[in-house]
Amino acid sequence: MTTLDIAPAPERPSLASRYNTFMSRHASLMPTFAAIAILIVIFVGAQIYFGNFVTPRNISSLLLDNAYLLILAVGMTFVIITGGIDLAVGSVMAFTGIWLASLLAGGTPAVIAIPVIVLGGAVIGLLIGVLVQYFDVQPFIASLAGLFLARGLAYVVSLSSIKVENEAVLWLQSTRWHLGSWYITPTGVLALSVVAIGALVMHFTRFGRTIYAIGGNEQSARLMGLNIARTKVAVYVISGVCAGLAGLVLTAYSGAGYPRNGIGTELDAIAAVVIGGTLLTGGRGYVLGSMVGVFVYGTINTVISFMGAEQSWTRIIVGFLLLVFIVVQRAIVARAERRG
Amino acid sequence: MKTIVKHRLFWPSASLLALIVINTIARGSFVKITVRDGELYGALIDILRNSAPLMLVALGMTIVIATRGIDLSVGAIMAVSGAVSLQIIAGSDEPDNIGVVATAVLAALGVSLVLGAWNGFLVSVVGIQPIIATLVLMLAGRGVALLITGGFITTVNSEPYEFIATGYLLLLPFAFVLAMVIVAVVGFVERRSALGVLTEAVGINPEASRLAGVRSRGIVWGAYIVSGVLAGIAGILYSSNIRAADANAAGLLIELYAILAVVLGGTSLMGGKFSIAGTVIGVLIIQTLESTILFLGVPSAQSPVFFALVVVIVVLIQSPRVHTWGRKLFGGSRSRDSSKPSSDVEVAA
Amino acid sequence: MDQARPLLEITGATVFFGADAAIDGVDFRMFPGEVHSLMGENGAGKSTLIKAITGVLPLDAGVLTLAGEELHLHTPVDAQRAGISTVYQEIELLPNVSVAENIFLGREPRRLGMIDNRTMRTQASRVLAELGLDIDPASLLGSHSVAVQQLVAIARAISADLRVLVLDEPTSSLDVDEVAELFRVIRELQQRGVAILFVSHFLDQVYEICDRVTVLRDGKLVGEYLTRELLRIDLVHKMLGHEETALKSRSRAPAADGDGAAPFLTARGLTHAPRIIGADLDIFEGRVLGVAGLLGSGRTELARAVTGIDHLHSGVIMIAGADQVFTSPRKALNKGVAYSSENRRTEGIVAELTVLENIVLAVQADRGIWHRMRPARQRELAASWVEALGIRPADLDRQAGTLSGGNQQKVMLARLLALSPRLLVLDEPTRGIDIGAKVEIQNLVGELADNGLSVIFISAELEEVLRVSDRVAVLRDGRIVDTLATAETSVDEVLALVARPSQEDEALA
Repeated sequence: MTTLDIAPAPERPSLASRYNTFMSRHASLMPTFAAIAILIVIFVGAQIYFGNFVTPRNISSLLLDNAYLLILAVGMTFVIITGGIDLAVGSVMAFTGIWLASLLAGGTPAVIAIPVIVLGGAVIGLLIGVLVQYFDVQPFIASLAGLFLARGLAYVVSLSSIKVENEAVLWLQSTRWHLGSWYITPTGVLALSVVAIGALVMHFTRFGRTIYAIGGNEQSARLMGLNIARTKVAVYVISGVCAGLAGLVLTAYSGAGYPRNGIGTELDAIAAVVIGGTLLTGGRGYVLGSMVGVFVYGTINTVISFMGAEQSWTRIIVGFLLLVFIVVQRAIVARAERRG
Repeated sequence: MKTIVKHRLFWPSASLLALIVINTIARGSFVKITVRDGELYGALIDILRNSAPLMLVALGMTIVIATRGIDLSVGAIMAVSGAVSLQIIAGSDEPDNIGVVATAVLAALGVSLVLGAWNGFLVSVVGIQPIIATLVLMLAGRGVALLITGGFITTVNSEPYEFIATGYLLLLPFAFVLAMVIVAVVGFVERRSALGVLTEAVGINPEASRLAGVRSRGIVWGAYIVSGVLAGIAGILYSSNIRAADANAAGLLIELYAILAVVLGGTSLMGGKFSIAGTVIGVLIIQTLESTILFLGVPSAQSPVFFALVVVIVVLIQSPRVHTWGRKLFGGSRSRDSSKPSSDVEVAA
Repeated sequence: MDQARPLLEITGATVFFGADAAIDGVDFRMFPGEVHSLMGENGAGKSTLIKAITGVLPLDAGVLTLAGEELHLHTPVDAQRAGISTVYQEIELLPNVSVAENIFLGREPRRLGMIDNRTMRTQASRVLAELGLDIDPASLLGSHSVAVQQLVAIARAISADLRVLVLDEPTSSLDVDEVAELFRVIRELQQRGVAILFVSHFLDQVYEICDRVTVLRDGKLVGEYLTRELLRIDLVHKMLGHEETALKSRSRAPAADGDGAAPFLTARGLTHAPRIIGADLDIFEGRVLGVAGLLGSGRTELARAVTGIDHLHSGVIMIAGADQVFTSPRKALNKGVAYSSENRRTEGIVAELTVLENIVLAVQADRGIWHRMRPARQRELAASWVEALGIRPADLDRQAGTLSGGNQQKVMLARLLALSPRLLVLDEPTRGIDIGAKVEIQNLVGELADNGLSVIFISAELEEVLRVSDRVAVLRDGRIVDTLATAETSVDEVLALVARPSQEDEALA
């Protein structure tokens, strides 16, 4: 029996095989790459067209203006990856926002008011989650009920807007921390922290992996012994918490709570998440991708306002982008099905 | 007696009757109807008139749901329809001219038809899930409506146009008469032609229907077109009522009210057998509830809270888990029908 | 191989579905290091027994022991924890996460509460290497073929404490090399003393890899045998059984084959890979063509290929010399070709519609939306079929879903016959139906043929196929191996064709 004493020299993997390995490991990243590409294209295009678009000031205000949407998108990502949907987040954001303004105006200190409203968002999320998981209600119906509940409650708190004069909350928005020409606000930090925590949870905790499992094949996930019920309810609670935080951020941003806020915002969040590379059918997506999606949304918005055009163009263009992404997703699925 | 109770319209009708009775007890004026200049007035008449837009949207929603689909874009289509018709009237020199009004209405309906056909195309040809397909228009539709009105709330002063929502025909509000005529026509077409049965077959068992040679694509596509056109008419009613095109407020939240009406009327969200009469009763229940809430002094903006509660109660009643609880609480006897295995794990062998 | 005591043993296993026993007093045992196969046709009780062993269904009676200890399984997770793992035909893993993650999901190595991805990948590599597999642990499961996904499922099973492995139809989608690889892994597991349950309808593979075979029929145990002591043909006999139906069945006048008449429909090279390959058919008017073959031989796929339900990968269909392309059932029906599915519930009856509505459905679909049949005419038509086929209860307004299996089948038949088709393809029309109704339907097929209708009759029961048909096409592994005139053949001959191993030379047959 001959033995080889020398280990054979490792073959340098060919370019083709390296590509194959990369694709087999990261295929679900492709849609997110597409989103990043779109973002770059918009930036470059805008820079060429306007001349002074890509400035530290503009990019900093991108985060500032869209912090609330960023937080909503993180929660929405969690829900959509499990294959569900949450149509209530815009109304919950409006409800928690005006509730906060009302509490503050009534003298409640911010350290109490803020956790209370976030808890409120969580409770509404819990209701939706319980309906979906334990009563087999379709997510869109359950969350539509949540939408109604939250919108009505917002008007119960107040029929008109309430101004915020609380120093602490206003500080969140008015403070700018400068780094050269760049700046960031506490709300921006909050938004980025939510993104970071969301991404960490998704990729490094069993809870996060269970979310992907449910979205990949709920039956398999159950057979593997994972706790499906708790996880499915939890994602709606998380979405509710994010809506609560978004309410805080939006109220700080505008200096007031307004019961008519957030109408249609859930659709913006869904669009951002899908454009960012999350499949509406579940199982694939990245929190960081949703962040890219939010920036695509925000940039389009900025470009529209730079052009002096109607704000409604933003929703139309985003709607169109959403459609393109959905159709492409469907085409890819159809091709995979035909091959199988 | 048993056959009456088992009839699927029994519970919706009974609920509506109960609501009317409660209201009458609470405020005797509820059922009072006065006649003035050949027109009827009263709380009940108001309910009938106000129910017209929802009646139309819910009718379209019923047919779409029967095909196992859903149309979340109806509110947006209402907004676009109102915007189109008002722009034409506002832009003309003779807003009172019937011809102008007719053109405006036809144009609005034409656009609504195209939007409905667009939804139907995405669902029946491209094969996108109905929730997602109609979500796109839900997102972009109001933006389109805003563009048409240039970002403003266009107002008009046109007698013929106003008549649509506020006028009377044979004692009753024209809006209600119009809605009822349309309901009757659609109901007639569904049941007198084979459309109703074929739609139900597609909704109950799409694969068996396909094997039996049913051309399901046309049926599904048509359902969304109908839903779009009906939403368009509702949009005209709405804008005629407020004499303006308010792209943000038109048809706001009407999707859920429509779905609720369909479910209250006994049609299942899973598709299949549907009942137009049931939806009509469902709409009247919702309008009566709204009237009740307003009478209680609750601001209209807060009424969604109550309706959220109604939605929850209705879906809970339909939930299988609640059925098992109910059987355990009230059933008592051991269920003999254990023909389903306890798990849905499929083993090939 | 340690044959001293069985590792897993189940005695007197009984499971009821409603009033019927899906399995009744079945004994079954598995020895460590042995590959055991469970055989039986549809309805024999195989899947029920497997569900009982793997914790999917509870036993109504019987005892399950593992290594001598009694086991009470309430969920599949209980079974997994006891060391009984299953690899399902539909891979029950997650295509959207990595191979390593699939192997360890629920048991991921963690550090400071966070999942340690690097350690997980290293451990996954180790597990895969133990099975001699070279798969990138970081790759997404969905990027691999079904064969590889299956091997990953096995890797997941052995990464925990595996004592019994159940493989449910593992080779249905594998090619020859992949099957060889799977078998190598199975032998590897045998070395470790794992008991393996191999469920498959491919007789060749069963004989190649299995040491032991247990046969079930109609929910009861027929016997346990060593594969080296059991002839193939005896195995097939035991699975299918010999039913001497004492009931009269109408004997058909043996049709003179080769009338000289041209076939109404010819099909050449029908292929829908990998389930049906290169099938040739000649359909004559007024003749019944039976299709015989074991489960998985391509019977249903052949039917669906010729009636436009499935798209053909290749092949031609000609009616009266003209090429036909059936892109949908509608197109086939337009040419008079109708298909009655074996899945009555999912592809046949529209449960919440009435018997009347079900019967007139195809006719109505044919007439289109705008030409509704007058209600009186509908009723007349439906009533005549209810009477002709003996549908009971004869209530046209009853929901079709409430009828018994036999009557539902008759409703499906009525629906298609109302179209006056020229070719009727019946897929397992008598499955799960009581004897009386079975004979009724068999006689009906004969009558229809006598009236000029062409029929393709598919059934797992050979006697039935031979009794009803003029000619029979024998399928094995997706190919038609022969087409015989029934008057000139016997059950045994067809059995031999069905059971013959593919590798054997024809000279040796």
